[in-house]
Amino acid sequence: MSRLPQRPGERIDRSKVIRFTFDGKSVEAYEGDTVGSALFAAGQRTFSRSFKYHRRRGLMCCAGQCPNCIVAVDGAPGARACIEPVREGMAVEHLNAKPGLEFDAMRATDLVGGPFTPPGFYYKTFIRPRRLWPLYEKVLRHAAGLGVLPRHREDREWRTEYRRRHADVLVVGGGLAGLRAAARAAELGADVVLVDEGPEPGGSALFSKDRERIAPLLTAARDAGVEILSGASALGYFDGLVPVWQGQTLHQIRARSHVFATGTIEQPLLFAGNDLPGIMLSGGALRLMGLYAVSPGGRAVLATASDRGLHAALALHERGVWIAAVADLRPTLGALADELKARGVEVLAGHTVIEARGSKLVTQAVLAPLGGGAERTFDCDLLVVSGGATPATSLLSQTGAETRYDPQLGHFALAGTAPGVHAAGEVAGVEGAEAIAASGALAGMLAAHELGFGDERSRVYAAELVDGLAAPGQERAAVAVPPADAAGESRGRCFACLCEDVTSKDIARTVAEGYDSIELAKRYTTVTMGPCQGRMCQLPSIRLMAEHTGQSLADVGTTTARPPWIPVPMGVLAGRPFEPAKRSSIHWRHRALGASVNWAGDWRRAYDYGDPQGEALAVHEAAGLIDVSTLGKLLVSGPEAGEFLDRLYPNRFSNLKPGRIRYGVINSDAGRIVDDGTICRLDENSFYVTTTSSGAGAMEEWFSWWLADWGMQVHLTDVTQGLAAVNLAGPRAREIMGRVSDMDCSNEAFPYLDGKQGQVAGVPCLILRIGFVGEVGYEIHFSSAYGEHVWDSLLEAGSDLGIRPFGLEPQRILRLQKMHILVGQDTDSESTPFGAAMPWIVKLDKDEDFIGKWALEHYAEHAPETSLVGFTLANGRVPTEGAVVVDPQGEPAGQVTSARYSPVLGQVIGMAWVPSALAGDGATVRISDEGDTLFARLQTKPFYDPEGEVLRS
Amino acid sequence: MSFLLTCPNCGTREVTDFAYGGEISPRPKARPSFRELNEYNYFRRNVAGVQREWWFHRSGCRAWFIAERDTTTNEVLSTTLPFEEPEPPAAA
Repeated sequence: MSRLPQRPGERIDRSKVIRFTFDGKSVEAYEGDTVGSALFAAGQRTFSRSFKYHRRRGLMCCAGQCPNCIVAVDGAPGARACIEPVREGMAVEHLNAKPGLEFDAMRATDLVGGPFTPPGFYYKTFIRPRRLWPLYEKVLRHAAGLGVLPRHREDREWRTEYRRRHADVLVVGGGLAGLRAAARAAELGADVVLVDEGPEPGGSALFSKDRERIAPLLTAARDAGVEILSGASALGYFDGLVPVWQGQTLHQIRARSHVFATGTIEQPLLFAGNDLPGIMLSGGALRLMGLYAVSPGGRAVLATASDRGLHAALALHERGVWIAAVADLRPTLGALADELKARGVEVLAGHTVIEARGSKLVTQAVLAPLGGGAERTFDCDLLVVSGGATPATSLLSQTGAETRYDPQLGHFALAGTAPGVHAAGEVAGVEGAEAIAASGALAGMLAAHELGFGDERSRVYAAELVDGLAAPGQERAAVAVPPADAAGESRGRCFACLCEDVTSKDIARTVAEGYDSIELAKRYTTVTMGPCQGRMCQLPSIRLMAEHTGQSLADVGTTTARPPWIPVPMGVLAGRPFEPAKRSSIHWRHRALGASVNWAGDWRRAYDYGDPQGEALAVHEAAGLIDVSTLGKLLVSGPEAGEFLDRLYPNRFSNLKPGRIRYGVINSDAGRIVDDGTICRLDENSFYVTTTSSGAGAMEEWFSWWLADWGMQVHLTDVTQGLAAVNLAGPRAREIMGRVSDMDCSNEAFPYLDGKQGQVAGVPCLILRIGFVGEVGYEIHFSSAYGEHVWDSLLEAGSDLGIRPFGLEPQRILRLQKMHILVGQDTDSESTPFGAAMPWIVKLDKDEDFIGKWALEHYAEHAPETSLVGFTLANGRVPTEGAVVVDPQGEPAGQVTSARYSPVLGQVIGMAWVPSALAGDGATVRISDEGDTLFARLQTKPFYDPEGEVLRS
Repeated sequence: MSFLLTCPNCGTREVTDFAYGGEISPRPKARPSFRELNEYNYFRRNVAGVQREWWFHRSGCRAWFIAERDTTTNEVLSTTLPFEEPEPPAAA
């Protein structure tokens, strides 16, 4: 681990050594290091293999901007080594190289050369024969890509949380401008959040001469109450909502005003071999030295378009790096160049780098005058490049801000922001620490002012800042616009896009093939679509497009900026999986009884207790007990409650006598079945309505929606969660009721379809005598607090009579025997009560209007095309639910909705939609099921107890 | 889609708290023709601009209310319980 002598500003703590592994080998680091800085200090130069050609790539930006150092950390691909903090024991692995990073077999794609992988190669080559595509795909997926996701990571999703944060002002970017903006807005009284990508605020000032300005600004921001989120990346801008990824938290920040101080992105230069390890942006070299005390090289060549490269040359020289030469694109040299010359450094004006040579690492740089001339070759192990800096306007563009090409600066500059959105600092084109901080102060104050904060004094101050920033005080530093491609075609690959391995030649070819718009070229070549999201390649590719199409850069324009601004793991966006399971208050009794528990909508329900057929038989022969707490339960009360139900259901409830029960089917205004259930009138003004289990929530919304529309004197209370319910059914049910209740349960005192309130096992209950399962039954509703007590009491009371608990599956057999439909199983969104063989439920003679009336009147006059009927299969197997009913011509004409083997009937029964013309008793239809043809005999009456005598007994 | 709605009962909340009930298309008062019935059931005006619409505070008080919203900007001009006078929205 070789480090430079200690200097102020470095982020590492040399007293704390941290060990991690890279491809299984142990690496030492200091606390505060990134994976990238530690590996570089340990001598690693190749960090990844490129996407297509598997070329070596090394640290370039050291700021999380480029794709060169993407690694997997603890099995999760996609981490950028240069910003990933080291942790004790972390396992870091390279991606996209087999068998290893140092020897990658797929490198052949690079060595074989050009014709193998031009843009569109896959589209053109692998399209035929079509049947071979699965094979091609397998090979291609293996060859390209950015890592493999582990198949199993059980705790992954549990590590991220959402956090909602509402604020007055959100400042994105924690450099000098952002810190100042946040502090000023907060000082005026605004609630301010500042998010910054770096491990600590300061931005590019952290490794520059302006480093000492950070601390006072940070203190001021903290003192003013700014909430500062470090290591937090804004992902996008969605109508004022900004998702911010910070470690294991996704902050969803909604602010009323926004300040973007996102700075600039240093641009690479395009020349032959411009992707070799050892080629770094000036900011990358400065970060390595300044923050981590790692020397980026021993002998450096620099090539620059602006003063950035010259500052970097001075800084490198100061820290003992031999500077072989500096090529400055600008024709005339200034004071910085003189300073370098005074130190004995050769500075070449009007020169740039045209080629880098080397295999594992850059070993030579070829410099030449712009426009051709004598080339000079310099030995080096570090080539620092700076192609200028482009404003990071991507997030601003998402807010609706516009950019315009500035020919002097050679990039797209911000040209205006949307209301409530402010830009500050370098992203807004402001240069120099003083001016940058002032523009931050101004943006912070403007954001606060527009929200009503501040006073006369602050407004005057803001006006002064506007004047100060507009004053022609300082000259803009001269910047040269780099050539689109300094090398020309002959010298070797020159990469416009590092993420997707798109070369300058590829872009020339793309234009030649007719993709002459930047948006088309983007899709064809995938340039700007990789992990860097255009940070490194947008401007270079626009320059190349302009050159080859003959358009101006302004005419070529930029591609649309879209979220996410940085690569983000899917798990972070998904957040914590929130799939609440509902369990009845009796649930753990079912578990104790060995029930197989499955999902039923949101509910966890007992499907059976190991013997569905036996459980169903017990209901016929003795008694069964099922937990039906999942039923939706609504209390509808008030003077107009009866009329309200009359309007919701196609049958009548206002004439239902207190203590009586009626079945009802909810229809839509299109006359389609939506839900069903039973309604018991409790007294003059109140009704107890049950709905299906899965429809409980939707029915509550439906009821309350119409109530909101009609404004009737009705009160609606959803008691689904508050009440438990069990159904006790079977020939011995009455006897068991007699043992646990003092009610007279004789058929005369408590007949079928009566609902009574009384005590069961000492608990006040509402008991509904209904028969969903076809035997004498008591559906007992009571406070869910007593769930286990009532359940236990009933099982105990019937233990000597043969009572058994039964689950959802035996209930489905039992109800099918009675042809009681399950809404959603036997019906779909097209089913009407007429088709579903329930015309009796529709009372079209009702004077009042009701939901679905007009449509049902229509359907009453037009016979349904298909009808729901029962069927039996003599010796057939149980057909699949969904099996096709075939008409006499062999065409599909319906489908099986339910089918079971009935133990009490000893045959297969089911229900199916069949053409109405065929839907008569005794008719035979063909069912085509998984290649078999089954002959089903239709019947319209229930299979079990067709006249309902058992039920009423 | 991301904006704030002010529930007349609970106050200002993220839109994800609510369920959308669609534009208000009044139920015919008298027996409609078959065509009118189908228009009511299946056709929507789909206004580009301010429309009155139903919202349900699903993750809150579970009340239905009426909002006036500009569908082009998601600006909510008012929210009100049915049968009540609209109140101006809270600052958002």
